[in-house]
Amino acid sequence: MSTTTVGSHAAAHTREPNGALTFLRTYVFSIDHKVIGVQFLFSTLLWFVVGGLLALAVRWQLAWPWSEMPLVGRMLFSAEGGQISPEFYTMLVTMHASVMIFFVIIPILAGAFGNFLIPLMIGADDMAFPTLNMLSYWFMWPAFVCMIGSFFVEGGAAAAGWTGYPPLSSVRSAAPGSHLGQTLWLFGLIWVGVSSMMGSVNYMTTIIQMRAPGMTMFRLPMTIWAMFITAVLQAFALPVLTAALFMQLTDRLLGTGFFVPEGLIVNGESAGAGGGQPLLWQHLFWFYSHPAVYIMILPAMGMVSDMISCFARKPLFGYKPMVYSIAGIAGLGFIVWGHHMFMSGMNPALGMTFMVSTMMIALPSAIKTFNWLGTIWGARIQYTTPMLFALSFVSMFIIGGLSGIFMAATPVDIFIHDTYFIVGHIHYVLFGGTAFGVFGAIYFWFPKMFGRTMNEFWGKVHFLLSFIFFNGTFFTMHILGTTGFPRRYADPYHFEIFAPTQTLNQFMTICALGMGASQLIFVANFFYSLFYGPRCGRNPWHANSLEWQAPSPPGHGNFDFQPVVHRGPYEYSSPHAAEDYFPQTDPPVEGEGQAQHGH
Amino acid sequence: MGKFWSLLFLLVPILGVLCFALAPLSGYWLPPDISEHGYKIDHLFKFCLYLTGVVFIATEVVLFWFMWRYDGRTNRDPVKFSHGSHNLEIIWTIVPAATLLFIAIYQMNAWADAKMRTPNVPAIVEVTGRQFEWRIRYPGPDGELGTEDDIHGVNDLHLPVNEQIVLNLKSMDVLHDFFVPQLRIKQDAVPGNKIPMWFTARETGTYEIVCAELCGWGHYKMKGRLTVESREAFDAWLKQRAAEQKATQ
Ligand SMILES: [Cu+2]
Ligand SMILES: [Cu+2]
Repeated sequence: MSTTTVGSHAAAHTREPNGALTFLRTYVFSIDHKVIGVQFLFSTLLWFVVGGLLALAVRWQLAWPWSEMPLVGRMLFSAEGGQISPEFYTMLVTMHASVMIFFVIIPILAGAFGNFLIPLMIGADDMAFPTLNMLSYWFMWPAFVCMIGSFFVEGGAAAAGWTGYPPLSSVRSAAPGSHLGQTLWLFGLIWVGVSSMMGSVNYMTTIIQMRAPGMTMFRLPMTIWAMFITAVLQAFALPVLTAALFMQLTDRLLGTGFFVPEGLIVNGESAGAGGGQPLLWQHLFWFYSHPAVYIMILPAMGMVSDMISCFARKPLFGYKPMVYSIAGIAGLGFIVWGHHMFMSGMNPALGMTFMVSTMMIALPSAIKTFNWLGTIWGARIQYTTPMLFALSFVSMFIIGGLSGIFMAATPVDIFIHDTYFIVGHIHYVLFGGTAFGVFGAIYFWFPKMFGRTMNEFWGKVHFLLSFIFFNGTFFTMHILGTTGFPRRYADPYHFEIFAPTQTLNQFMTICALGMGASQLIFVANFFYSLFYGPRCGRNPWHANSLEWQAPSPPGHGNFDFQPVVHRGPYEYSSPHAAEDYFPQTDPPVEGEGQAQHGH
Repeated sequence: MGKFWSLLFLLVPILGVLCFALAPLSGYWLPPDISEHGYKIDHLFKFCLYLTGVVFIATEVVLFWFMWRYDGRTNRDPVKFSHGSHNLEIIWTIVPAATLLFIAIYQMNAWADAKMRTPNVPAIVEVTGRQFEWRIRYPGPDGELGTEDDIHGVNDLHLPVNEQIVLNLKSMDVLHDFFVPQLRIKQDAVPGNKIPMWFTARETGTYEIVCAELCGWGHYKMKGRLTVESREAFDAWLKQRAAEQKATQ
């Protein structure tokens, strides 16, 4: 194995040991970054369906609590007469978030798009460590098995929230889901972590070591910058989560009591010797999971920047400020985790400090937003499906970013903490933001992945419906939050104060069902185009970055020529180019250099 | 189609503002505040709302306008071949930075009042979360907790009106959270810790105690009742509870 050597030659060796590749080595245990990327894409989209159905079940309960679920109710919950039980409801909210965060968003960004795009966009023939790359996908499978399996063990799946706060999560007698289900949840996350770490090491090495001649760091597309900084974030934050997961595991299995105070008795059962602190888990968990919020959005920001510049036919406004603000988000991201703990009993003076750092982290996000707006100023916008999703990312991210200020303001957080306000906020960032960005990226890079384009008309219908139903579902959550409506309640309506909100919740559920149904258009378009979409050339969008110079789809080794880079990726409508785009590989023209540096 | 999409994006600020304008009228809003300190929280909420509201409308309208004006189908002007503007970057770094810092500093006093400046009065009651109920304990005639004459109750909290209350919050098993929306107070109950909360209720009446931290399958039904009443009524109620308790012993 040559995985310890870095460089394109090493990669070329490992890729083809005996010349011809067997079917198994080509499509299943492939070490080709594109195949691995597509494997990640299909797996995570499948999990997206699972996570989405869990969400719809949550919405069903909130609209019509304790009523029989139509069609599938009898089949799923025969013991409860087709209803969702309160125990199962806590599993639904826990598993919806866990699946969406750890099995959809993080792996679809880094695993699917990171894998597919990094070597192509930097002009490499593969990742630095192709075998490690293959393992990073296959190490997701034990995690898949743990998560699916946990629904079928005694007591059911984990039910302590995706945040897994002890003692509810770590003490067996605290909840049915805290039997074997929670152990499987912990194992699942540990496996995901192993996979992420392998990816992260690989991405950093590849981006540093394997760029094509002429591809300086400041000629990298924003997608690559975002992937690079995300990989650094993963590498530094993930060990803390892994340690915390193992500590909770030993609390559960060996009675170490890191997170359990002395003499704790839950439901009449002793929780062991104890001597620990529940808040310790929260600190460790959020030390990872706050940076993870950026791991879940920075790559989408990068991809959106590339799409916006391409379809604005205009250079990205403020390339370097964009890079620095990503770096700023990553740096500040490590000192804001306490904003999740304002109400936890943590020293309130510490809360004050975390409030200041949290407010300041809004700054780089604001800078990015202004630069996206600057990019479309004076442009000639082409309204393609990926562009619509990219612009909606900006529009929705503005809402998600601004609503974050309410939680950061500690006194305001006293009222809205753990209400639907925060649920609305997180979905504007992760669905209106990241998921819309990912949809755009799928429409955008689908031609490169599969050599065919997706249907534009149905793409736009998918966009229109998703956009409307998304806002109908989630904007209303802010309003719900202002009434104090709490999260994770199986039935809030027996509270006098929340009873009047049921109509609003029914409206939200109808929108959520509409949003779910609209995704069928996407699924149909995706699979139809996979087989029957019109074939496309190398560069259907007339884009600049390197991947568009490779064949569609690229063969093994990616490029059929040695790419040499002469300029940055955003030279759209350059006066030096004959067309309104100027690929990074086109030979330099006279006078181009000065113009580029004269901002 | 560019015009159509621009208008769709214009709906975001229009409907967004409409939503927040209509919500208070239709009753979906902050519940009436009965506490002495709540006005500060409500003020800061509205302060954040107006400030973010202005930024929200401005950025979304600019987005709409650029989408409308620079639609590639209709815009015949040449593309502005620009890589950015140093001056603009400086402006839109410094202005938001100063604003954000101001927002943060503006919150500090209210936060310190709510969570840091513990009033110098003894705790009137101890509330302990337990799956899935609130255990209430008042000190008996001796004025001390943990003695034989303590008065116990479940889910039924009484407090005198217009008095500085200090309440000690504990948990017996897992995390809970003591939330009374009308009092604008919220605090996690942590097993192993005793956390004081303080407030003054200014209106008599009964209010619901909400558990705001996931504590298990019965989280949603962990409802307590808070009765705010006059000092006389409170004393009488406490005396009656003490007598009832003695009778059953
Ligand atoms: Cu955070
Ligand atoms: Cu609870």
